[in-house]
Amino acid sequence: MELKEKLVSSFMAFENTVDVDSPVHDIRTEAIKTFETEGFPSKRQEAWKYTSLNSVLKHDYSVFPKHENALEYKDVKKYFIHEIDCYKIIFIDGKYSSHLSQTTHDGIDVCLMSAALSKPKYRLIIENYFNKIAPKDGLSSLNTAFSAEGAYIHIPKNKLVAKPIQIIHFSTGNEAALMLQPRNLVVVDENSHVQIIERHQSLTDNPVLTNSVTEIFANKRAIVDFYKIQNDNENASLIDNTFVNQKQESLAKVHTFSFGGKLIRNNLNFYQNGERIDSTMKGITIIGNKQHVDHNTLVHHIEPNCESHQDYKGIFDDSSTGVFNGKVVVEKLAQKTNAFQANNNILISDKASINTKPQLEIFADDVKCSHGCTIGQLDESAMFYLRSRGIPEKEARALLMFAFSNNVLDSVKIPEIKNRITKIIAKKLGVNIGFDL
Amino acid sequence: MLKINNLHASVEDKGILKGIDLEVKAGEVHAIMGPNGSGKSTLASVIAGKEEYEVTEGNILLEGEDIEELAAEERAHKGVFLSFQYPVEIPGVSVTNFMKTAINETRKAKGLEDMPAKDMLKMIREKSEMLEIDRKFLSRSLNEGFSGGEKKRNEIFQMAMLEPKLAILDETDSGLDIDALRIVANGVNKLKSKDNAVIVITHYQRLLDYIVPDYVHVLHNGKIVKSGTAALAHELEAKGYDWIKEEVNA
Repeated sequence: MELKEKLVSSFMAFENTVDVDSPVHDIRTEAIKTFETEGFPSKRQEAWKYTSLNSVLKHDYSVFPKHENALEYKDVKKYFIHEIDCYKIIFIDGKYSSHLSQTTHDGIDVCLMSAALSKPKYRLIIENYFNKIAPKDGLSSLNTAFSAEGAYIHIPKNKLVAKPIQIIHFSTGNEAALMLQPRNLVVVDENSHVQIIERHQSLTDNPVLTNSVTEIFANKRAIVDFYKIQNDNENASLIDNTFVNQKQESLAKVHTFSFGGKLIRNNLNFYQNGERIDSTMKGITIIGNKQHVDHNTLVHHIEPNCESHQDYKGIFDDSSTGVFNGKVVVEKLAQKTNAFQANNNILISDKASINTKPQLEIFADDVKCSHGCTIGQLDESAMFYLRSRGIPEKEARALLMFAFSNNVLDSVKIPEIKNRITKIIAKKLGVNIGFDL
Repeated sequence: MLKINNLHASVEDKGILKGIDLEVKAGEVHAIMGPNGSGKSTLASVIAGKEEYEVTEGNILLEGEDIEELAAEERAHKGVFLSFQYPVEIPGVSVTNFMKTAINETRKAKGLEDMPAKDMLKMIREKSEMLEIDRKFLSRSLNEGFSGGEKKRNEIFQMAMLEPKLAILDETDSGLDIDALRIVANGVNKLKSKDNAVIVITHYQRLLDYIVPDYVHVLHNGKIVKSGTAALAHELEAKGYDWIKEEVNA
């Protein structure tokens, strides 16, 4: 059976596990119909021209894992940013692990989507925010139809959340092939600040496909810092759909570090609903072998005096492929918009490729918008310079590649994350040198 | 220290060095002068191991060992240092981090542990003071936005840090004002010893007022056409290169 049919026919079984009388279930029922009509995207669609899902859809995925598995913290500690005290929302094969998690209801809610969807005290937030900005495309609708578990984060107004929140999804290989559909909701109220780190980690070589949806609401003057660490193994694929709705004077930043996985597609949309909003999206992609990473971004400038900053760096080795498709829409009302977009790439191997496409749709006449894409190789004269000082070829190459991408780390505000990312990069580049910043 | 025999080198099949013989002993300073396009910078790059240049004949011996097959970094590990005519700007790599990496990679090649951070800092402080380099300068990206003089001073700072056996200074005087020239020359003179050697490549004699050479060679059309003592440099300064060309062609 094709995966699509399997998913559609599983919906009835899924309904036995959730409260079908809730308003959320009406949304799910609607969504499964949309998925049935839309299906998975194909290369015929403009936004999917360079990314084919065929190779990841062919597996016979378990949609509801039957077995539960436990993990010892010491065995998975390395996937945590364990150097700092954090709230933790941890899932194993899609199931919440209370053992590895540290949630809270002390002034803020850092807990589970399943709780938020079923308990009356969250009803208002769910009514106001759940599925309000996720688009009605096939993949988001599929996630919405099966939305039951994930992270639920609500920060009431005037809260500075001192501890970052880590969301980690482990898959243990309990199932021959596993499909996960986490659904996250982040609501940050007026004048509050939160930092979130998200990671998906497969612990075996069994295929995993994650189709994740995260809706983020940054209300008036809120600050949201979101870090995505994508360093999974080469049998794990991720479709990350993240949608950010911003109100006036809010500041939202999403950093995406893509170093591993078979196929990664990041759909990242920002909607600016207010004045003086700042949206930042940055990324470093370093891949090799036959890996594929696709960044599909959208910033929708709706009101005046807002800014957006996009800076994506990519390094592609072997037969890896990259896609950057960055769309900036500036509505007629959105005068005095400052929108910047940069996508710089280095191709290490003759077989690697990158398709980069900026799309600007500007309907206002008093705006500053810039975009630039580059594709290049490492500078040979710089290589000779470094080598003439005793730095071997591999290390010299690594140093130049790190130097090429490291300005993306300037805006990372948690030193331990910066540190971890530089370590992952050094490992990825096969060198044992410290990249001091 | 360095012995070059009948060295021929070409880039993209174009012959540039056409039979160079040169011997530099420990403790000596040699100056290589010559008009533009005579092959001075090529000679420097070939000794340092730039891969674009192909040695078609002859050999280069460093302390008796043929280094032709060695990569640039391996020559550096053996003590060859080239001060670049045009130091490359490398955004995102700080001077300090660059030096730390270079020193520790060189130590690694020799089977030594990394230099302790404390010693590294002390060395950086001493050498930067010697070259009157502001500490703030060391945390800046390597050569990025440096003035011509700052770049050259930074090259000599690197030389001071790496303590090479054979230093080749390729037009280190170009772009330097007189104060910077004095600082750079002082630095080189302080690093000079009976165990190392320096090759100074220059157009002009003025640097040689500060770094006094034991021998001066004139390179023309890929060959050393005349050798002499420091007096030769003065003669070239006064008379230009035309008389040498005439002498060669006669």
